[in-house]
Amino acid sequence: MPKTTGASPVTTNVKPGTLLDGSKILLECLVREGVDVIFGYPGGVTLPFYDALYDHPIRHVLVRHEQNAAFAAQGYTRSTGKVGVCCATSGPGATNLVTGLVDAMMDSIPIVALTGQVTSSLIGTDAFQEADTFGITRSATKHNFMVKSVEELPQIIHEAFYIAASGRPGPVLIDIPKDVFQGRSHYTPVNSIHLPGYKFSNEGHAGQIRRAAQMIWEAGRPLVYAGGGIIHSGAANELKEFVELIDAPAVTTLMALGALPGTHPNYISMPGMHGSYAANMSMYESDLLIALGTRFDDRVTGRLAAFAPHAKVIHVDIDPSEIGKNRAVDMPIVGDVKRVLEKLNKVVTELKPEMSAARSEDRKAWWSQVRSWKEQHPLEPSFSVDEIKPQHLMAEIDRISGGNAIVCTDVGQHQMWSAQLIKFNKPRLWINSGGLGTMGFGLPSAMGAQYANPDQLVFAICGDGGFQMSLPELATLANYGLPVKIIVMNNGYLGMVRQWQELFYNNRLSQVTIDSFPEPEKLAGAYGFKGKTVERPEDLRKALEEAVADPGPYLLNVRVTPFENVFPMVPAGGAINEMVLGPPKPVPVA
Amino acid sequence: MIQVISLLLEDKTGALMRVTGVLSARGYNIQSLTVAPTMDPNLSRMTIVVDVESRLRTQVIKQMNKLINVLQATDLTDAPAVSRELLLLRVKTSMESRTAVLKEAEIFGARVVDSSVEGFAIEATGATEKLNEFIDVMRSYGDIEVTRSGLLAVSLESKKLRLAPPVIRGVAAQEDEEEGAAIYG
Repeated sequence: MPKTTGASPVTTNVKPGTLLDGSKILLECLVREGVDVIFGYPGGVTLPFYDALYDHPIRHVLVRHEQNAAFAAQGYTRSTGKVGVCCATSGPGATNLVTGLVDAMMDSIPIVALTGQVTSSLIGTDAFQEADTFGITRSATKHNFMVKSVEELPQIIHEAFYIAASGRPGPVLIDIPKDVFQGRSHYTPVNSIHLPGYKFSNEGHAGQIRRAAQMIWEAGRPLVYAGGGIIHSGAANELKEFVELIDAPAVTTLMALGALPGTHPNYISMPGMHGSYAANMSMYESDLLIALGTRFDDRVTGRLAAFAPHAKVIHVDIDPSEIGKNRAVDMPIVGDVKRVLEKLNKVVTELKPEMSAARSEDRKAWWSQVRSWKEQHPLEPSFSVDEIKPQHLMAEIDRISGGNAIVCTDVGQHQMWSAQLIKFNKPRLWINSGGLGTMGFGLPSAMGAQYANPDQLVFAICGDGGFQMSLPELATLANYGLPVKIIVMNNGYLGMVRQWQELFYNNRLSQVTIDSFPEPEKLAGAYGFKGKTVERPEDLRKALEEAVADPGPYLLNVRVTPFENVFPMVPAGGAINEMVLGPPKPVPVA
Repeated sequence: MIQVISLLLEDKTGALMRVTGVLSARGYNIQSLTVAPTMDPNLSRMTIVVDVESRLRTQVIKQMNKLINVLQATDLTDAPAVSRELLLLRVKTSMESRTAVLKEAEIFGARVVDSSVEGFAIEATGATEKLNEFIDVMRSYGDIEVTRSGLLAVSLESKKLRLAPPVIRGVAAQEDEEEGAAIYG
């Protein structure tokens, strides 16, 4: 059982000018990009590459399905900030990667995917395991490449890593025909790359930053609305400084949990469809939204026409196409949010003495308003003596984590309860599929995160639906001894779909019951690790502690109240201030 | 509303598909598209005419500018620009009408590029509406077959071309990591 995990730099001793085959050149370029591990699955046309990998210091994690290679690479990236790499063979291998690529695209996650392609002379002949990977993945990636000769390989590899990690990050795919792996060339290291059309500005316009600072001091009800960009650009410290300088309440989106410590006094919580009452009311009543690295997603804004109707908007984003896309902006700043905040903090400090007094009464009133919203409808776990409430489960996980565990989730009710109730002390601990909302994301991404952080406590919180989409990877966890703690929040339903059927489809529960959940002891036991079911609220804490104390992977199946729904809820197309705060009154059945 | 987009892009496999993908992914139907090399053989110039909702025109241009292979995308719809189209038309005509056809062609500034007993092949350039009229006139003389180039447009303002400079990359793993850290968290 290979046990060496964790991110550690790899070095080789390849001299420039050496005659090498394409596979070795590719590996050397990966070393130069700082790659230490590849998540992948071999196949026919990648045989030459896997042969070169056989005695190469770059390690390889053999997943059990290519989709999960892309998710594991994301887990690696999301937890470390380093570009993750996944690899698949041509045809089915490549098509299996697609969901993971689109998922990375939606959440701006920089990963590089390597795919094999049939030999150049066979391309276009419907050869065995041929697919038009270059065409299929065009819209699934930030950019993609098809390598045509071994000579252009180094250039393309370095371009791919640069494109993935710079500007607005995203996935990049490189499609490599078998004969390019096999072709030989004198290895010439690449020292610089030139992509004349790839322009992005990091710095932010000084005049706009100054005007933004003035708007901030002129505002009576400012609100900081921070998104995933804060995590990607590593701007958490700058954000904290900013929020404290202007002393405004702050909300962080689903992509940005941990951008501010969950316990920070200025932190309100998450806004949006299942955001807190206080976060959504603050959005609605604010007179200045300071949007930082976020994209006014429909799950945040609700009905756009009724979103933050009183607010002027400052929008900082590295991607100019996000500015004004969904919401008209009063002060656009195109730049890397870290660099912009560094400068903004300086100007805000400079203007503070002369400007901060003017609206200080309004600011006090604003704060007391926000606090009272928080007190009226706090996000609190609910408990029962008869059953385990899902919120009880999340509160217990929060207690064990203490804000320090990596938490990966799937998509659905459990994801929303996790986001509402588990706190994070810092960025890169909360890992979930935000934009694409991919079921089956939690377990494989936890695998990648655990590989990169071998000493950290990593939870994969899944629903009973999403967990069953990830089953093959139980073998990978066992194989590599990755001690991920899988917590299945099992309500016997595809809960979020059922919630919508209850609320909007006259309670006609169509295809949402999922019986026949496997016995966790037997399932985990079959792979050689421990599993258990817990059903009683009084047993929950002990069961979680046992799972965490176990040195290996662990499958904890938590039977929760079947008919609990997630609230608050902004119904689709509803205004953000029109939240449903709790379950509707029971209607007698005729 | 009809939008005219001019693009300067790298002449690379798939570049055309990336550009048209921005439009097709949003359900827009392209009315015409022309593409040909520029003086720099590594670059192509493209003119696209497409029906886009007015409020999304800026977004389309921004999305095209985001493409790695695109050096510049410009909206020429309301900008000072000249646009022309090329038409190749074959008309079957009777012996009696031949002189009249030639006269009409002359009026439209068109040139005969082939002549046979059956009729003529004629080349015309001009604004789209003018070519439409020419087609109507020619149709009255007999069966016609038409190929049009789609609109070609050139901006009358010189817009500064902003290009990304070369980047140091791939020198050594160690240095790379530091650089990567500066860019990405």
